[in-house]
Amino acid sequence: MSDTTPELPPGPDAPVTAPAIGRDEWVARHLERRLPPRLGFLEERVRRIPWWAWLTLFVGAACLLPVFSSSGYVRRIGFDTVLYMLLALGLNVVVGWGGLLDLGYVAFYGVGAYAYALLDSDHYGIHMWAVLSIPLIVVIGAIAGLLLGLPSRRLSGDYLAIVTLFFLQLFQTLATNGDQFLFGAGNVTGGANGLLRVDPLDFFGKELAVQHNGVFAIGYYFVGLAFFAVVFVALHFVNQSRTGRAWRSQREDPLAAEVMGMPVNWLKLMSFAFGAAVAALTGTLFASLNASVFPLTFYFVLLITVYTMVILGGQGSQAGVVLGAIIISVLLELLRDPGHARNLFYVLFGVGLMVAFRRSVRLPIVAAALIGFGFAAHAIAGAIRHSWVAGTAGGWVSSWVVVPAQLAAWVPPVAYIVLIACVLGLTLLRGWTRTVALVPVLYLATFVWENVMLVKPEPTRYIVIGIILVSLMILRPNGLLGEKRVEIV
Amino acid sequence: MDQFISLTLDGLTLGSVYALIALGYTLVYGVLKLLNFAHGDVFMVGSFIGFGTLQALGGAVNPVVPLWALLILVTLAAMAGCAVLGVVIERFAYRPLREAPRIAPLISALGVSFFLAYSMQLLFGAQYRDYNLFSASGGALFLKGFHIGGVRISVVRDIIIVSAFVLMAVLWFLVNKTRTGKAMRATSYDREAAAMMGIDIDRVIVFTFVLGSALAGAAGVLFALRVPTQVSLGFIAGLKGFTAAVIGGIGSVPGAMVGGLILGFAESYSAGYIDRVHFGGFHIWPAAAGTRWTDLVIFVILIVFMIFRPQGLFGRPDIKKV
Repeated sequence: MSDTTPELPPGPDAPVTAPAIGRDEWVARHLERRLPPRLGFLEERVRRIPWWAWLTLFVGAACLLPVFSSSGYVRRIGFDTVLYMLLALGLNVVVGWGGLLDLGYVAFYGVGAYAYALLDSDHYGIHMWAVLSIPLIVVIGAIAGLLLGLPSRRLSGDYLAIVTLFFLQLFQTLATNGDQFLFGAGNVTGGANGLLRVDPLDFFGKELAVQHNGVFAIGYYFVGLAFFAVVFVALHFVNQSRTGRAWRSQREDPLAAEVMGMPVNWLKLMSFAFGAAVAALTGTLFASLNASVFPLTFYFVLLITVYTMVILGGQGSQAGVVLGAIIISVLLELLRDPGHARNLFYVLFGVGLMVAFRRSVRLPIVAAALIGFGFAAHAIAGAIRHSWVAGTAGGWVSSWVVVPAQLAAWVPPVAYIVLIACVLGLTLLRGWTRTVALVPVLYLATFVWENVMLVKPEPTRYIVIGIILVSLMILRPNGLLGEKRVEIV
Repeated sequence: MDQFISLTLDGLTLGSVYALIALGYTLVYGVLKLLNFAHGDVFMVGSFIGFGTLQALGGAVNPVVPLWALLILVTLAAMAGCAVLGVVIERFAYRPLREAPRIAPLISALGVSFFLAYSMQLLFGAQYRDYNLFSASGGALFLKGFHIGGVRISVVRDIIIVSAFVLMAVLWFLVNKTRTGKAMRATSYDREAAAMMGIDIDRVIVFTFVLGSALAGAAGVLFALRVPTQVSLGFIAGLKGFTAAVIGGIGSVPGAMVGGLILGFAESYSAGYIDRVHFGGFHIWPAAAGTRWTDLVIFVILIVFMIFRPQGLFGRPDIKKV
C-alpha cells in the first residue's frame, strides 16, 4: 500500500481558477518563471491587489499634498499635474486602446476650454452654472470628435494623422482669427488676445474662488482629483466592457475584427469621441482655473508632451499613463530651474550608469575613469588658460566639469553636434570599445549640459521630451507599465 | 487681370516649394509606408544651413564669389547637409523600428521633429533669419525681371520656379530612368518581393532619404530666398507639404508635384479673393480677410479629398489582401 494519499478532485467550494478572459495566462505569468520564486510570488501578490485599491490609495495619497506643502507654487504644480493626468487618460483611449494616431487631440482640449470661456464669462454675458455647462461641453467635445473622425473614412493611421494634425492647425487659425469671424459673427474667440475674465467653477451658482488670500486655492486641486477619479473609474469600466474589448481587438488586427462582425469604423469613431470628450472636460477645468484662454496653449508642444506621457507610461495601461503624466510633469517643472535641472541630471546620470552596468565589474571602472577623466580635463584646461575653467555657472560641479567664463559663439553648436554624433556612434559600437568610448562621451555630455543646455531651459525641456520619445519607441515601446504586445504571426 | 496674374505667380512660387517638400514625403511613404513627420524640420534645417553658408561666404552684401555662384553654393550646401541629416535620421530613428507596429515609427518621427526644432532653437535662437538678398547687387534680384501685362516677375521668382521644376525633372529622371530608380519603384511596389529579387532594400531606403531630404534642403533655401526663416517654420511647412502629398496621392511622384501646386494656388487665390465670396450680397468673410483664412480653405480641400477621393489624385486605391 502506498502511504501517499491520492489527490482528491477539488470540491465545489474550492477557489475557481478560471483564466481571465482576453489574457493569455502563460504570458501573464512569465514573471514567475523569470524571477526567483520568492520575488515572483511577491510580484504576483502585488498584481492581485485590485485596481480600485490602487486608485483609492493613489487619490488618498494625492489628497495629502496640501498637508506636506502650503506653498501655492507646489499646489499649482499639483493641479497642473492632475490636468495632465486627465489629458493622458483621454489620449490613452485613442492611442492606447483604439490604436489611432490622433494628432488633433489637444484641439479638443482647446474646444472644451473655449466653450467654457464662452458659456461662462462676460464675453457674451452668459454665466451658466458649471453643473450644466460642463456636461454640455463634454457632449460638444464628443460630437466634435465624431465630426472630425467621420470624413477620415479610412481611419487608418496615416490619413487620420494628417486630417487631425491639420485640424489642430485649423483650430489655431480659428482661435487666432476668431475676432473677425465668418458670416459677420463679430468677435467670437478674442483672437490672439484670448478670452479674459472667465468665471471660476461654481456649484449651483456658488463660486469657488481661484485664490484664497493670494495663495492658490486648494479647492481646485480637490475638484481636479475628483474629476480624475470619476474619469478613471468610468474609463476603466468602458475598457472592461464589450466596447473596450472590441477596441483592443481591432487595434491588434482590424481585418480580423471586422471579419468577426465588429463595426470597426464605428469603434474607431467611438474611441475618438471618448478621447475628445475627456479632453474637453479637462479644458473646462483649465479655463476656469486660469480665468483666461489663449490660442497658443493648445498647440503642437502640448500635444507632444501628452503623447510622451502616454508612451512613457505605457499605451493602454491606465495606471501607466497616470504615472507617465506625473513623471513628465514633474520633469518639465524641474528642468525649468537650472539648479534643480543640474541635480536631476547627475542623479539620472548615476542611476542610468547603474542600470546600464548592473551586476557588472565595469560599473566601478567606468565611474572611476569618468571621475578621473573629469579632474584631469579640468586640470589641463585650467593649466592652459585659467579663464577656461573660471565660469561660475557650474555650481557644485564646477571643480570637475570645465565651465569657461566666456564661451566662443562657435562652441555650443560644435559641441552639441559632436555630442550627438558621438552618442549615435556609441550605439553602433559593441563590447569593450563601447565601454572605453563611453567615458569621454559622458564627459562631453556633462560639458554640453552645463554650458549649452542649462543656460536655455526652454528649448532644453523640449529636447529632453523629443529624446525620451524616440528612445522609448526604440528601447521600450511598451513604456513603464504597458503590457508587451504579443506578436501575432 | 493684373491681380489674377500676380496671384497666379504667387501660387506658382509657393506651390513649387510645397511640391518639393511633398516629394520628400511621397518618396519616403512610397518605400517605407511611413509618414516622415520630421521632414518639415529637415526643410527648416536646410534653410538654416543655407543661411550659415551665406554668412560664411561673406553675406549677401559683400560675397566673396559672384551672386550666381553664391546662390548655387548655398543651395548645394543645404542639399548636402540635409541629405546627411536624412540618412542619420533614417539610420537611428526609423531603421530600428522597421518591423514594429505602424504607429511606432510615426511616434518616433514626432520625437525627431520635436528634437530637431528645439535643438535648432537651443543653438541658434528663435529669431527670424533673413538672407537679406535684397541688398545683393543693389536689389537686382527683386527689382528687375520681365513683365506680363502690368505685373513684374522678379528674378528671384524666376529662380525659385525654374530651379524647383529643374529639380523635379531631375527627380523624375532618377526615379524613372535609372537602375536605382527602378529598384526604388520595385521596393515601393512590394518590399519583400524586391528583396527576393536581389535588391538591397537598405540601400534603396537610404537613397530615398538622400533624395527626399536633399529636395527638402533645396526647398528650404528657395523658400528663404524671399521670406525670412525661423525654427518653428518646419511644422507649418511640413504640414502643408504633407497635405499636398495626400491630395496628390501619397506615394505618387507626379501626384506630389500637382498636389503642391494645387495647395500653392489655393493659398494665393484664397488670400486674394476670399473677401469677395458672397451669396446674394451676403459676405461670408469680412473685408480684407486676406491670408488669415487660407488654412481653412486648405482644410476644406483636404476633407473633400478625404471624402470623395481618399487615395488622392494620382494614388492607387489600396486594396487590402488577406
